[in-house]
Amino acid sequence: MGEKADVWQGTLALMVLKTLETLGPLHGYGIARRIEQTSGDILSLNYGTLYPALLKLEQEGAISSDWGTSENNRKAKFYRITRSGRKQLAKETEDWEQTTAILARFLAGSGDAA
Amino acid sequence: MSWMRAWLFRLAGLWRNVERDREVAAELEAHLRLHIDDNLRTGMSAEEARREAILKLGGIESTKQACRERNGVPFIENLLRDGRFALRQLRQNPGFTATAILMLALGMCASVAIFAFVDASLIKPLPYRDPAELVGVYESIPMCPQCNLSYPDYLDWKKLNKVFRSLEIYGDAGYSVSTAGGLEPSHGTRVSDGFFRTLGVTPVLGRDFRDGEDLAAAQRTVMLSYGAWQKRYGGKKDVLGRAVVLNGDPYIIIGVLPASFYFPPTEPSEFWTAFHAESECDLRRSCHSIYGVARLREGVSVEEALANTQAIAKQLEREYSENKGQGAAVLALSDVIVGRIRPILLVLLSGAGLLLLIAGVNVVSLLLVRAEGRRREMAVRSALGASRGRLMSQFATEGMILAAAGSALGVTAAVWTMQLLTSLISANMLAGMPYLRGLGLNSRVLIFAGLIALLAAVLFSVSPALHLSARGVSGGLSEGSRGSSGNAWRKLGSKLVIVELATALVLLAGAGLLGKSLYLLLEVRNGIQPDHLDTLDVAAPKATYAKDEQLVALERRIISRLKNLPGVKSVGITSQLPVTYNGNTDWIRFVGRPFNGEHNEVNERDVSAGYLATLEAKLLRGRYFSDAEDESKPKVVIINQALARKYFAGQDPIGKQFGDLGLAPKSLKTIIGVVDDIREGSLDSEIWPAVYYPFNQSTDNYFQIVVRTSQAELSLIPTLNAVIHDIDPGIVAFDGDSMGERIHNSQSAYMHRTAAWLVGGFAALALVLGVFGIYGVVAYSVSQRTREIGLRMALGAERRAVYELILKEAGWLTLAGVMIGLVCAIGAAHLMGGLLFGVKSWDAVTLGGVSILLGLASLAASFAPARRAAGVNPVEALRVE
Repeated sequence: MGEKADVWQGTLALMVLKTLETLGPLHGYGIARRIEQTSGDILSLNYGTLYPALLKLEQEGAISSDWGTSENNRKAKFYRITRSGRKQLAKETEDWEQTTAILARFLAGSGDAA
Repeated sequence: MSWMRAWLFRLAGLWRNVERDREVAAELEAHLRLHIDDNLRTGMSAEEARREAILKLGGIESTKQACRERNGVPFIENLLRDGRFALRQLRQNPGFTATAILMLALGMCASVAIFAFVDASLIKPLPYRDPAELVGVYESIPMCPQCNLSYPDYLDWKKLNKVFRSLEIYGDAGYSVSTAGGLEPSHGTRVSDGFFRTLGVTPVLGRDFRDGEDLAAAQRTVMLSYGAWQKRYGGKKDVLGRAVVLNGDPYIIIGVLPASFYFPPTEPSEFWTAFHAESECDLRRSCHSIYGVARLREGVSVEEALANTQAIAKQLEREYSENKGQGAAVLALSDVIVGRIRPILLVLLSGAGLLLLIAGVNVVSLLLVRAEGRRREMAVRSALGASRGRLMSQFATEGMILAAAGSALGVTAAVWTMQLLTSLISANMLAGMPYLRGLGLNSRVLIFAGLIALLAAVLFSVSPALHLSARGVSGGLSEGSRGSSGNAWRKLGSKLVIVELATALVLLAGAGLLGKSLYLLLEVRNGIQPDHLDTLDVAAPKATYAKDEQLVALERRIISRLKNLPGVKSVGITSQLPVTYNGNTDWIRFVGRPFNGEHNEVNERDVSAGYLATLEAKLLRGRYFSDAEDESKPKVVIINQALARKYFAGQDPIGKQFGDLGLAPKSLKTIIGVVDDIREGSLDSEIWPAVYYPFNQSTDNYFQIVVRTSQAELSLIPTLNAVIHDIDPGIVAFDGDSMGERIHNSQSAYMHRTAAWLVGGFAALALVLGVFGIYGVVAYSVSQRTREIGLRMALGAERRAVYELILKEAGWLTLAGVMIGLVCAIGAAHLMGGLLFGVKSWDAVTLGGVSILLGLASLAASFAPARRAAGVNPVEALRVE
C-alpha cells in the first residue's frame, strides 16, 4: 500500500497546487470537486484522502490556510498557495512533463522495435 | 528543507494534539455541510444527501485518523502511550518496581564507583609527556629486586647506556623549613637537573633546572610544588629569586610546578631541589639512596632497556668490588606508580561486576515472573487486535524505564559512594595517591555507566518479550496461566538462581579469603608488644649536631628527660621503627671466615640501650648493651634470630666478630646478644637478618623516639613534643603517633583491609540478593503448585512431606549453586593469589564456611514458602481452580 499511496500522494499534491494556483483561495471540498471535474470524472476521488495531503502541503509550507466564509455563507477553511508552493509547483510540473515525455518516447520507441 | 519543516510541525503536533483534532473535526464538518448543500441542490432528500457526502468522504473517523497520523508521529505517539501505560503499570506494582530499580541501582553504584577509581588510577594517563616511554630504573639484589641506585653508579649508567634518551634520578628528602614561626618539617625531593624535562613537565612560573645545576658547585636552587606555592607564598609571582632555608641552607626559588603535576613515588613533596651530590653517602658507591627514572629511546622496549642496564651492571660488578652481586631492574613507570594497587583495584572491579551480575539476574527473574503473570492479559490484548510488535514494545518500554531509573539512581549513588570511599582513605595514604585527585564522573566513567545502562535496558526489555514470544502469546487464553508454561518458567528461573548462588559464593569465598588474610596479617608475629607505645620522629639539624658526641649527648638528654615524665615506663631511640620497611642496610664480613667479596646484606638499626627492652622484644641469648657502651668502649652488636640462623647455624654467635668488607679494625664489632626476630619490614614481607648497633657507637641525625606508656595511647605525644622543643627549639619533632596506629595504617595492612572490607561488603550484598533470588523462585514454584499440593494432601500426604517436597527443590538449587560456585571460587581466588596472605586459594575452612553460610541462608529463605505450602487447605486449593 505504501508505494502506491506515495505516487498517488505525489500527484495529488501536484493537482492541489495547480488547482489553487488556477482558482485562488479555495476550501477542501472545492479542491476535491475541481480535481474530480478536471479529470472528467475519470478519477474517482475519496475526498477523505485529500485532507492528509493538504496537511502535508501546509506543513511543508507550500500552502497556507485561513478560516473564512464560503459563497453560500458557510464557514470553511480556505487554502491558498504560497510563494514556495508556486516554486514547488513549477518544479514538479517540469519534472512531471519530463517524465511523461520520456515515457511517451520510450513507449513509442519500444512499439517501433516490436 | 521543506521536509524538515514538515517534521518540526509533526513533532510539535505531539503536544497540541487535542486542539488539532478539534480543528480537523471542524474542517470535516464544514466539508460535509458544503457537500450536503450541493447534494440538496441536486434534489436529494436530507438524509440521502448526508449519506452520500459521508460515503464520498470515505468515513469521518478514518479521515480523522489519517489526519491525526499526518499531524503527529505515530511511532513516537505509540512510544509515549506505551511509556504512560508502563508508568501506570509500574506504579500499580510499587513493590516490584522499587525492588527492580534498587537492585539495578545497587549493582550500578558499586561498579561505577569502583570503575571511577580504576579509571583515575589505571586508565587515566600519567600527567607526563608520552608516559608510556617512561621507565623506573633500579639496582637489583636477590633480597631487594627493585632497590636504590648509588650516585656514582648512576653516573656510570647515564654515561654507558644506549637505550635511554635521558636517565635522571630522584630521592626522598626530609626538610626542616625555616619559617617565621620557627622550624617546620616538610617533605621534599632531590632531583637531577633533567628530571622535569625527562617527564615532559614545564613550570607554570619561572624556569626549569639548567644543565649542571644539580652539581655540588652550583648554587642551591629549588622548584616549588603548586600546593607549596599557594600555601606558603599565597601564589605570589615575586617568589622567584627569593630564598627559602631548608635544613639550614638557603635555596633560591627558580620555578613553580603546575597544579596538575604529581609524582607519586615521593609525594607529598613541597620542595623539589636540584640534587647537589656532596654528602658522604652521595659520593660513596656503596651507599644506595636514589632511584632512577628514564625516557626510552624511540623503538626501545623495556626488555631491551633491561638487557642493556644489566650488561652495564655486570661491567660495574667487574670494576668495583662494592657492586658484587648487583644486577639491574627496569620497569614501566606506570608499574612503579600503580603496580601495588592494580591487583586490588582489579579484584574490587571484578567483585563489583559480580554484584552487578547478581543484581541484573535478579531483576530479569522478577521481570520474567511478571511477564508470566501477565500472559493472560497479553493473550486478551492480542485477541483484541494488538499486533505482536505492539505487545513486545510494551515490555521494551517497561524494561527501558526500569533500566533508566535504576541507572540514574545508581550513578547518583556512585558519586556519593566515591566521595565516601575517598573520605575513608587516610590523609597520608591519599597524599601518596595523588592520581585520585582526578576521581569523578568524567567522560570515560559516564561511557562505562552508559554501556551498563544500555545493556540493562536491552536485557530488561528483550528477556520478558522473548520469554513470552517463545511459546506464543495466544496460548495464554486457552491454557490459562498455569501448567506447562509455569513449569518451563520454573526451569528457567531455577537456572538463573543457580547462577546467582554460584556468583554469591564466589564473592563470599573471596571475601572470606581476604578477611582471613587480613586477620593473619594483623596477627603476624612482630616480635614486639605494639600496644601502649607512643612514637615521635626527630630531626636534629646537622649544623648544630655535626659530631657524634653532640648527638650522643642529645640522645642521653632526651632519654633522661622523658624517662622521668609521669606515665612513662621506659624510653628507647632507634634510627628506624619496626613495621616500616626492610632497608637501611649494612654489609658485614665475619672475622675468621673465607670471604669472596660477597655482600652479606643486613638491616641496620642504631638503637639506644633501652630500645629493645622498651619494645619488649625477646632476648634469646646474651645481653642487651648498656648506655655506657659508647665510642670509648669496644664495639658491640645485638643480632636477630634470622641472622643467627643464616650465618651461625649450629654455632653460638655470642662473642663472634664481624666488621665491614675490609675488616678495618675500627669497624669490628662483637656479638653480645641475640634477640628474637622483630618485623622491621612491612607486615607481609620476610624477616631479613638484622643488626642492632648501640646509638652511642653509631649515631644518626634522624631518629625516632619510642615511649612505653601506662597512660592512654597518644596522650603523651604533646608532652613529648614540648620536651623536645624545650631541649632545643632547633630540633624538628613530627609525626607523633602510636605504634599500634602506625601498624594499623601501614601500607600492607591498609591495602589488605581495604580489599577485605570492600569485597566483604559486596559479598554481604550478594548474599542478600542471592537469597532473595532463591526465595522468589521457590515462592513462585509454590504458588504454581498449590493445586498439586492440595491434591497430594487430599490424598493423605502429611505436612512433613510437603515441607520435604519444597525444601528438597530449594536444596537441589542451593547444592548446584554452591558446587558451581566452589569451582569458580577456587579459580577466582587463584587469580587474586597476590592479595592473599597466609591462606591458600583452596583454603578448606573458608570455602566450607561460606558454603555452609550460603546453604543455611538459602534454606532459611525457602522455609517461608515451604511453610505456606504446608499450610495449604486442600479443599480450598482444589476449589480455587
